[in-house]
Order: sequence, then structure tokens, then C-alpha cells
Amino acid sequence: MNLIELNDVSISHVQGSERNTVVHDVNLTVKAGECFGLVGPSGCGKSTLLWVLAGLNPHWSGSINMLDQPLSAGKVFTGDLRRRVQMVFQDPYASLHPKHRLRRALSEPLKLLGYQDIDDRLSEGFKQVGLAENMIDRYPHQLSGGQRQRVAIIRALLLEPKLLLLDEPTSALDMSVQAEILNLLNDLKAKRDLTMVMVSHDPDVVDYMCDHAVTMKAGRIDQEKFYN
Amino acid sequence: MTNNSSLIRIESLKIGLEDGTELVKGIDFSMGRERVALVGESGSGKSLTARSLMGLLPDSLHVQADRFELLGEAVLPYNQRQWNQLRGKQVAMVLQDPKYALNPTQNIGRQVAEPLVLHQSLSKKVRIEKVEHMLDAVGLPNPAQLRKMYPHQLSGGMGQRVMLAIALINDPQFLIADEPTSALDHAVRDQVLELISSLVEERNMGLLLISHDLQQVADYCERVLVMYQGQLIDQLAASELSNASHPYTKTLWSCRPNIDKRGESLPILDRKQIASLTEGAAR
Repeated sequence: MNLIELNDVSISHVQGSERNTVVHDVNLTVKAGECFGLVGPSGCGKSTLLWVLAGLNPHWSGSINMLDQPLSAGKVFTGDLRRRVQMVFQDPYASLHPKHRLRRALSEPLKLLGYQDIDDRLSEGFKQVGLAENMIDRYPHQLSGGQRQRVAIIRALLLEPKLLLLDEPTSALDMSVQAEILNLLNDLKAKRDLTMVMVSHDPDVVDYMCDHAVTMKAGRIDQEKFYN
Repeated sequence: MTNNSSLIRIESLKIGLEDGTELVKGIDFSMGRERVALVGESGSGKSLTARSLMGLLPDSLHVQADRFELLGEAVLPYNQRQWNQLRGKQVAMVLQDPKYALNPTQNIGRQVAEPLVLHQSLSKKVRIEKVEHMLDAVGLPNPAQLRKMYPHQLSGGMGQRVMLAIALINDPQFLIADEPTSALDHAVRDQVLELISSLVEERNMGLLLISHDLQQVADYCERVLVMYQGQLIDQLAASELSNASHPYTKTLWSCRPNIDKRGESLPILDRKQIASLTEGAAR
């Protein structure tokens, strides 16, 4: 089953009246349950593509099918899709609210969706990523970079997504902490029915993690690679 | 000064906060005109150690050492004026991110020429010649034009080359590179490390290369110092790394993912074991 299908997708950045097209005519499919890698040098459009998949940039053309649902260009995500697609950002230092304790930051989306057992879900999440439960009442600055990235992963997983988008999840981390996070992602993928799309500029990380990867160059797909 | 171990000699260096918390807990090392990597995780005290060698620590930190010699001089009691004579001339530093380390309001030529203005008295013409020559030496194209450009017009790799040009223009004896490639793209990293290492060798300087990626720096250094939580827990020759005996060094060496490790989990640190080992060593 294909979870994501892109046909002739071009993506622009719009600033005022200027339109700058950075991704040209991309065709690709991502199967359910696979880890899909997007590799390339900075500025090649890989993050731009990921932002469209996350529904953060509506300025695209072509056709996109996601989780058996056609998307329409120019519109934000609606309904179930908002919950089923979650993202982990590159910089753990910038992606958590500095003035909110983790409990408050993490329970916000759950409250919005009307969940009742928020505390249980949070402590379950902390257990899953290997953090001590008493950290839940800390502020982000009281955590190390690797711990913060784990919290960002909990945040994404709390809403039980089908598709997890990872934008350079380990490039801000130490090599030894990167190993811990990659192991964690592999565990989670095995335990839950997760599909991952991972952007990275490190070919070694993609070689290690992914089942299927494309290399991008100047906004176009350059090479496609399947790992047995 | 030709003596090989005379560039830096440090004995029981301690760096602590005012409340007595020790961040660097008594380390000893010495190095000469060689390339040495200082490796450790964030928070291990490697950057503090490097900054203390440049006299760049904030006043709130206390530095103590039984011996703290740079180029044969005891520099610990130096005041700012004395440090200023040393920094940029004898000892130079390359920082992590060129985006933050270069001044956005000054053109490249002016920033590369600044060490010349501060430490030598040269005519403007000679200065410009030297700057262009230096920009050429770090592998930047078209120095005459580049001199007039501003940092935001450069890519990260080019910015890091400019930083290197600033550091090397006075022919220092010793270069400290504090994670010079962490902010760069994967493909550019090796180029920049290669450049640093070849320039240092050409000029017969000492290099202290700080990094958290052991595998990457190993190719460019002769010796490796490993720090963990403020202690120097291991030192060995770079060629010995593949059969390192310390568990921390072993994990750092093997935790980099690659295609051969698909399907297995990566080795991670057993922090309890290392803590008990370092405690044992301290006693």
C-alpha cells in the first residue's frame, strides 16, 4: 500500500508577490511501513519537500495523495490528517517552548483533541523513549540536547501518527547521542506501525536507517535507491 | 622553542565556577608541533579547555593549574593586554559557526586584514597583497573580488575558509579549531578538515582539533585525547583507535552508523560503567 504518492509536484516559496520555485516535477511513492530517506546538500529542496508533506507550505502544484486522501494545493491540512502526520524538527533547542514545563507543552494537543487520560499517556510516552518520568515537570533548558530530542519524539508520537516526518533529527546532536536516537527510532518503527520520512545530509545515517531513499540535486530527484 | 613538547604544557588544569563546582577536573597534557584531536561529548569540558588556552574564559570561571605554559611562557597571570599580544599572532582559533563568528557589517578583506593591523605595521598595499594571497591559500576563488564581499554572500564552507584565513594570516605557531565543521554540510566537512590539516602541516604548526566525531577527526590527527565529564580519560595515537581499550573510546569509535550496520542496533554508552571507571581512576 502506498502511503504517499507524489506526481509532478513542484514547490515554490512565496514572499509577497515573488514566487521562487525550488522543487521541480518530483515523482515518488512511499510505501506504508518503510523508512524513506531524502538526502542531498543544503539548498537542494529536501526540507522544502518535507514541509509540504507536513502541510506547512501550501504553495505547490501537481498532485499529492497522502494516507489515501488527495490533498488540494493552496489549502492547509484538515481533519484526521492533522493528527496522522507528525513532525520532529532539526534543532531540539528551538522546538520546545522555553517558558512551559514539558507537561504543559506536551499535553496541549491532547487537551485540544479532548483526551481524558493525558497524564497516563504522557508517562507511557516517557517510558517508551527511555526518559525518567520525573522529568515531566522540568523546563526544556534543564534537559540535554539528546533528552530534548527524545521529548520532541514523544510529542510527535502522542497523537498516534501513521506518518512521522523527521527533519535532520540528529544533526544537532553529538555522535554518541545520535546513536541513541537512531536506535530509539528503529525500535519505535518495529513496535508501532510507523512510516518514516527522514531528511538528512549525512549519507551514512540514511544508509543505516532507510529502506528506500532518493538523492536530490538542485530541486530534482537525482538518484533513487532501494535497500534490499 | 624547537623542542617538540614545548608549545603547550599543562599540569592539573582545573576550571571551576565560583560556587566550587568543577567543570574541568585537573587534566594534564602537553603537545608540540603536532596535530592532536580533543574529543568528547558536549559538556565534557573540551571547549572550556581550549578557551582557557586562548585566555577567553569569562571572569566568572576560575582557572587553576600547577603549570600552564604556552610557547614556554607561563601565561596564567597574563592580563588582557598581554593576551592581546599573543592572541591572533602566536595562537589563533577557528570557531564552530562562521555565520556567527564573522562580523556581518564588515567586508571579508577588512576582517582578514584585522590581525595584520593589530600585530604588524604594514602599508595598505602590502596588507591587501597579503590578504589576497591568504584567501588564495585557503582555496577561495577570485580573492580580489571576494575581498569586497560580505559574510552573508558566502556559503558555510567558504565562511569557514575565511575564518581559517583570518586565523593563519599572521603565521601563528599554534591553531585551535573548536568544532570547525559541525555547522557544515557533510560533503564540505572533509574538504575543510583536509585543508586545515594540510595548511598546518605545511607551516609546521601545532593543531588542537576539537570534535565530537571521533571517526572523522582520526584521519587528520596523529594523537587523540578523550575527555568525559571534565576528565581526560584516555589518550592514544590515532592509529591505535581501532583497538582502543577504554570502553568510552571504544563506543565513540564505533557508534557512527553506516551501511554495514543495518539491522543491528548501534553501540551506545554505558554511562554507569564509565562513571565507575573514572571514579576508580580519580582515586
